[in-house]
Amino acid sequence: MSASPLIEIKDLRIRFHGDDGRITHAVDSVDLSVANGATLGLVGESGCGKSVTSLAIMGLLPKQTTEISGTIRFEGFDLLKSSDQTLRDLRGNRLAMIFQEPMTSLNPSFTIGDQIIETILRHRGGSRRSARDRAIELLRRVHIPSPERRIDEYPHKLSGGMRQRVMIAMALACDPQLLIADEPTTALDVTLQAQILELMRELKAASGAAIILITHDLGVVAEVCDEVAVMYAGEIVERAPVDELFSAPQHPYTVGLLGSIPRLDHRAEQLATIEGMVPNMAQPPAGCRFAARCPFVLDACTIAPPPLLELSPGHLSRCIRAPLERLVS
Amino acid sequence: MTALLEVKGLVKHFVARRSLFGRALAHVKAVDGVSFTLEPGKTLALVGESGCGKSTVSRLVLRLIEPDAGTVRFDGRDLLSLDPDALRKFRREAQIIFQDPYASLNPRMTVGQILTEPLALHDLVPTAHRRERVAELLRLVGLEPRLARRYPHEFSGGQRQRIAIARALAVEPKLIICDEPVSALDVSIRSQILNLLRELQDRLGLAYIFVSHDLAVVKHIADRVAVMNLGQIVEEADAGELFAEPRHPYSRALLSAIPLPQPHARRAKIVLQGETPSALNPPAGCRFHTRCPFVIDRCRAEAPALVADEAGHATACHRVSELPPADTILPTAGGFTPELAKLVAAFSRKTEGASLAGVGIQSARPTTT
Repeated sequence: MSASPLIEIKDLRIRFHGDDGRITHAVDSVDLSVANGATLGLVGESGCGKSVTSLAIMGLLPKQTTEISGTIRFEGFDLLKSSDQTLRDLRGNRLAMIFQEPMTSLNPSFTIGDQIIETILRHRGGSRRSARDRAIELLRRVHIPSPERRIDEYPHKLSGGMRQRVMIAMALACDPQLLIADEPTTALDVTLQAQILELMRELKAASGAAIILITHDLGVVAEVCDEVAVMYAGEIVERAPVDELFSAPQHPYTVGLLGSIPRLDHRAEQLATIEGMVPNMAQPPAGCRFAARCPFVLDACTIAPPPLLELSPGHLSRCIRAPLERLVS
Repeated sequence: MTALLEVKGLVKHFVARRSLFGRALAHVKAVDGVSFTLEPGKTLALVGESGCGKSTVSRLVLRLIEPDAGTVRFDGRDLLSLDPDALRKFRREAQIIFQDPYASLNPRMTVGQILTEPLALHDLVPTAHRRERVAELLRLVGLEPRLARRYPHEFSGGQRQRIAIARALAVEPKLIICDEPVSALDVSIRSQILNLLRELQDRLGLAYIFVSHDLAVVKHIADRVAVMNLGQIVEEADAGELFAEPRHPYSRALLSAIPLPQPHARRAKIVLQGETPSALNPPAGCRFHTRCPFVIDRCRAEAPALVADEAGHATACHRVSELPPADTILPTAGGFTPELAKLVAAFSRKTEGASLAGVGIQSARPTTT
């Protein structure tokens, strides 16, 4: 990555305080950076902390129950120390986010035009008329047919794919530098997913914005990301350029994930399985968090947490047995 | 081989709108002339996008809803002529599991009660031996018998799906309809359930109708595949054949739209433009013609019939003989590098030893995301 990344996360830790006094370690010592124009994939299974990380960047975690430490540097600000006012100015402007279910992120009682125009007026000012023209232009950019007419429709009149396009149009309203997309195509059919992914690629090429794509779908990652961070139980267990992650993964969890997906380009009689369960994050294990499910576990793994080490330029793994090729040669 | 299930000309139209006096004004043509057969011990996959009618077909086959036209023959019997008593007997032979295992398990019943209910209902096992049978069922799906005392909320999604499968197996069915059984599960859990379904099929000779939108999963599990679009089957073939040489332009578009876990894979991309038409008002002629890159005038006027070649590969397309070859849709090479293949094999070999019954239960699940 280049000398000054667009966003740099250092030692991010997030704890949730439950009603019963239980403290959940949602995210632990996460370091991430994304360069201008790059796409980072954040992958992992339910509860691994990928969405929580993105909400922390946006400053959207509930303050009362969350304990956050570390730094998130973005355009000279430390987002974790910024005032609510600063965050409000950044959100929807320099930072934008799209979610999995567009229906729940659109207000059902306003037209899509109203909602896009509000964003533009809030951050850019100007007249309502010019904001409306820009909104129509944005809808056209995300390939919504006859945007002049569609702009006055309510969200429920649109199909799922259309709503996700509206969300993207809204996210792009102020030319954000960083777009966080949390499972943007998971609720869509494959042919619509292909359209949305193509749209995201197209927009990235045109605007040069950086994207953090959160997904559990390794196919989507392979198709749109430059770099990938794999999360497990609140930690990044592997980070690598996309080609390397798929050809030579260096963490057993990544190996298990790659082996467990049915593939169109590969026939496996039996799929790999990852036995056991995610550790209880109220009491995370002392050593490696994957140790209990790892087939390559050693005694040393359960004693101390393994560090995230760089094996080759840009390829990091949190496994003391890496490089894993040694295990099979 | 005689077919276990023979479906002919199945039609189901739902009323979408009624007049003030209850007259039907508009119909959703959910299923419009679907025919297929399924042999014992085999898996037929019904694939397609939301609203294509695949789930409706699965419910019609079980007579959970009544068809408007068509016949369903199961083991030689005409299902639609069965009286309530005979229908109840039939329910023993065909079961269904759903996408969301939590919604299909009664939260107020223990797993033991959930599994005992079908045994009692069909009077299958004498009361004294029911506990034993429940233990056996749990072991069959890789859960520890001691878990029978727990409630559904104490289990993870994958474990709940195992319980739903155990309940289906309780009545020793010949056919299980799996309606998106792994769509709600995380990838590592998904593979466990898929492996389990295959293993159970081998051991018990079950037939499956596997309803899914995920073609990679279908490729892994199906013997035969029917691709549906707007209430009709557009292509049906043996799985190997369909994935090697998809013929219908819709099947090709579906296959090419799936992102492969292989960066920079060399393949042809067919991105369909426009929206899926509504089943409320499907296009005239071929129902795919509004999105088809190969459309000609004939497609707009005349609906193509599903015609099988001598190998049993059926396609409903006027232009099937003129379409370009489909060889670039899926890359032939790729998948794993030799090192990765070895690593995955080592990963699997080592975990195989760990018995499934060792899967514990977690009282406090992480509450992140």
